[in-house]
Amino acid sequence: MTKKGFEDRGRGLGRREVLECMVWAGTGVLWTVSGGVPHSVGLIGDALAAEPKGFTFLQMSDSHIGFDKAANPDALGTLREAVAIVKAMPVKPSFIIHTGDITHLSKPAEFDNADKVFGETGVRVHWVPGEHDIIDEDRGKAYLERYGRGSKGAGWYSYDDHGIHFIGLVNVVDLKGGGLGNLGAEQLAWLEADLKDRSNSMPIVVFAHIPLQVIYKDWGWGTEDGTQALSLLKRFGSVTILNGHIHQLAQKVEGNMTFHTARSTAFPQPAPGTAPSPGPMLVPADKLRTFLGLSTVNVVQGNQPLAIIDGTLAA
Amino acid sequence: MKNLISQSRNVVARLPHSRAVIIAMLLGQIVGGLLAYGAVAAQGEPNVVTIDNFTFGPKELTVPVGTTVKWVNHDDIPHTVANKDKLFRSAALDTDDSYSYTFASAGTFDYFCGLHPYMVGKIVVK
Repeated sequence: MTKKGFEDRGRGLGRREVLECMVWAGTGVLWTVSGGVPHSVGLIGDALAAEPKGFTFLQMSDSHIGFDKAANPDALGTLREAVAIVKAMPVKPSFIIHTGDITHLSKPAEFDNADKVFGETGVRVHWVPGEHDIIDEDRGKAYLERYGRGSKGAGWYSYDDHGIHFIGLVNVVDLKGGGLGNLGAEQLAWLEADLKDRSNSMPIVVFAHIPLQVIYKDWGWGTEDGTQALSLLKRFGSVTILNGHIHQLAQKVEGNMTFHTARSTAFPQPAPGTAPSPGPMLVPADKLRTFLGLSTVNVVQGNQPLAIIDGTLAA
Repeated sequence: MKNLISQSRNVVARLPHSRAVIIAMLLGQIVGGLLAYGAVAAQGEPNVVTIDNFTFGPKELTVPVGTTVKWVNHDDIPHTVANKDKLFRSAALDTDDSYSYTFASAGTFDYFCGLHPYMVGKIVVK
């Protein structure tokens, strides 16, 4: 990556240059989105050096409480480490967005443990379920009883905060054989109605468990009817889409949309196509924490830029 | 296989002692081999579908009417077995959990994992 890639000459970075930046800088780029055009404003060190302006929120994902296999025998322990990082933040985030797979097997004790540890942050958490959160006997009842208050259908909802419209979608229920993640007609109709009267200039943040865009079809990493949701979002000047599920970072900027997937706090998964299956990736125990993490999103008021900073659990 | 082993024993019984020892040693290997073969055959039992690396194996299985098919999950991640037409659906199968379903009528039964629906399989009942 040459410096040239960063010189936007007032017309914004092209998609190719943006992707090139990602390859070069890995997890450390701070992104802002302003007027629908993404700009890279520096590395994570520069970004952290400055006091966060505006308000921040945090994305956490794929805690898999209850997972105890070789890839991480103590998923609750690594969540505690992540929460300790949150507790130590000089400026507490306004809230946490959890993009699903809170538990591994939807067991009451797993939800209890997760609630207890997240409760220690003292920060409100907005949840959406992953496929691991709805495998109780009643297929999702346990999740909805805990987190579904005020939500529609299988647990989708929206809210406004600091002039931004946040939308939590559920794409893990009623999946069809041979297919990918699924939003379904009812949820898409709700989304259309939810967006109908909103101004194009209102920044939108959408979060859901499985990536809305297809990242790797062979492993089911995408949402069957995700493009229908994205087409409803096209007219907005700033759209940020936060997902989990794939236990690794993936970022993509397309037009006015920024796609971001978070790391897990439990175990990493292999990069697309690099292993026989997307199952838990075994890494040396002393390296595990460099594969786990959380993401901070910084929203600066006024010109509406939005930046995502990723951190790992390793010091 | 049991018959084969007992016949071998009879042969050994009729031989002079020293030869019998040598033959028994040889037979030991053969019987061991046969037992090993038996174990492999049990694993590949025609009515068991295993789940390894997010894949049903065998992907397509043909069984006679009345057969009970058993699915066993060997992955670190839970999976389910869900029929496309909702005739049967397992609970979440954690590592080494299994689920069985008896096919009472002929037909083709497509199924998938309800958590990872790109995982598909088929039972043909004849």
